[in-house]
Amino acid sequence: MASASSSAMQDTAVSTGRVTRTFVYLVLALFALFYLLPLYVMGVNSVKPLVEITSGNMMALPQVWTMAPWHSAWSTAQIGVEPTGLKPYFLNSILMVVPAVAISTIVGALNGYILTKWRFRGDTWVFGLMLFSCFIPFQIVLIPMAMVLGQLGLAGSVPGLVLVHVVYGIGFTTLYFRNYYAAFPTELVRAAQIDGAGFFRIFWRILLPVSGPIAVVSVIWQFTNIWNDFLFGASFGGTSQPMTVALNNLVQSSTGVKEYNVHFAGAILAALPTLFVYVVAGRYFVRGLMAGSVKG
Amino acid sequence: MSFLDIRRATKSYGTVEVLHSVDISVEEGEFLVLVGPSGCGKSTLLNMIAGLESITGGEIAIKGRTVNGVHPSKRNIAMVFQSYALYPNMTVAQNMTFGLEMHGVPKAERDHALADVAKLLQIDHLLDRKPGQLSGGQRQRVAMGRALVRKPDVFLFDEPLSNLDAKLRVDMRTEIKKLHQKLGTTIVYVTHDQIEAMTLSTRIAVMNKGHVQQLGTPREIYDRPANVFVATFMGSPAMNIIPASVVVKDGCPNARVADADGVERLLPFSQPNLAGREGREILLGIRPEAITDPEGADRKSSNIVAMSNRVGVAEPAGSDTFVTMTLSGRDVIGRIRADANVTSGEPFSFAINMEKAVAFDPKTEERIVH
Repeated sequence: MASASSSAMQDTAVSTGRVTRTFVYLVLALFALFYLLPLYVMGVNSVKPLVEITSGNMMALPQVWTMAPWHSAWSTAQIGVEPTGLKPYFLNSILMVVPAVAISTIVGALNGYILTKWRFRGDTWVFGLMLFSCFIPFQIVLIPMAMVLGQLGLAGSVPGLVLVHVVYGIGFTTLYFRNYYAAFPTELVRAAQIDGAGFFRIFWRILLPVSGPIAVVSVIWQFTNIWNDFLFGASFGGTSQPMTVALNNLVQSSTGVKEYNVHFAGAILAALPTLFVYVVAGRYFVRGLMAGSVKG
Repeated sequence: MSFLDIRRATKSYGTVEVLHSVDISVEEGEFLVLVGPSGCGKSTLLNMIAGLESITGGEIAIKGRTVNGVHPSKRNIAMVFQSYALYPNMTVAQNMTFGLEMHGVPKAERDHALADVAKLLQIDHLLDRKPGQLSGGQRQRVAMGRALVRKPDVFLFDEPLSNLDAKLRVDMRTEIKKLHQKLGTTIVYVTHDQIEAMTLSTRIAVMNKGHVQQLGTPREIYDRPANVFVATFMGSPAMNIIPASVVVKDGCPNARVADADGVERLLPFSQPNLAGREGREILLGIRPEAITDPEGADRKSSNIVAMSNRVGVAEPAGSDTFVTMTLSGRDVIGRIRADANVTSGEPFSFAINMEKAVAFDPKTEERIVH
């Protein structure tokens, strides 16, 4: 873009005339507006009193601004039979997501390290099977998973959900780290071996410090998937259901008036953590994805 | 027992043997160069010395201790890699002392060793930089520094100069040689560049297809190559190999060749005694610098043969001119003085120094010694 003005004069392969560019930006702006529309609707309706929604236009800005729906969604709304708001479920989700993301990322990094730098007979098969696990639909494993969790005594608990998400996530994290480390020069590992560093020391001191981009990819991917998961949460959550299940219970409650403003506030609350992760680490995400995929 | 002993070392991958019973012994302070085309097994052998590849058969011993199965870090060796293999996240100083740190050397001692080596290699001012901020030549120095800091018994170099541009390569070559002369360390150095091998080594092992073809000093390798492979691999341009037959005249063996016009010429040998081979076919080996113009001929030689032959192509290279002519149907390269008057297609009177000529058996391709 820096040379846009000068390249307009030149006879380049891609036409960069003023008209063309205006048109392109116009189309892009339209698309951006279109994609932002749901967020706008959720935003404005979450700060309106309910009467404005039921009587008026969903698209209009609020006549009376109020934070009451947010407060209600967070701490007083009826979730199932308890008037607890989403707060305890938000905490459940945090308690589930943080260890699940951390464990699956670390295990994936170790797997990638072993599959590229400590290769063994049949390692491509092991990797192939792990890759295969990325393609197994959630629904297939529900019943066996329930049996395993029952036998381990983890059914209906946060640790049980952590286990489920770690097992499911390792396939993806292994894929990311393996491809990333495949491009990492093996001579460095050999040099470290000659220098006297062992298996974990090489991992900790040589590979991990340069794994930033792919770790970000793994964390974002795992975080959004686990945070947004509904099926496992609803199936194995028991008394420690995550945010997504609670949001469903809030919105789907069949008694009383449908408090749309509270529902909108609750939905935004449920989406905030993933939004936050994307905003903070998003630019590393694409970079890391590219870095991992160039060689592999 | 030598400093570094390689005895009947073999290496197989599955059923494929890539290194066949290699025997090399290296004395303390020697600079051994393993040279050969790619795939000859030279890097595999180096990695076996380092412990990065297992030894399938035979034995490798350093300072009298068999190191088969010993972990690389416990062999007291250091290696300089082709890609330098500097840790990208560490500073130069951290890179160089990482090995000492791993071996539990106290900080004060590490700093001392680092300061010494940094001064020796003139990289004091780079110590706080990351490898990414260094030029190719500087990285090369740091990689060598990392090896030197450890004070190992044997230094292993794996094509350390092949990533540098031509000019820097020549400079670093001289630098490595200086360093070796100064420190008197034992070095095993792998390269595919025969000039590097000649200039650096005290001894060369020429390898091909997993066999050591010849082991000897650079002079021996150059003047008395064991076979046609060694003769043509070492030296640039390569040694001319010309089919000839042996004719005895006046009690003296001659090589009979045909010139560009098919006229038979006799080239009298001085060294190999070919008396028993009269009438048999041989391969005559003459280095390009032994085919000159009469003024450029070696005055000390007792066996300069004058021969007029038609010039094929003249290629001026600045310092010399390379001239091709045809002998026995083969293109033969001579190296004449740059200011000699030579024209393509015209006859020119060459002076051939037959004192340096060698002969090979056409079947076995081994050099005929007597």
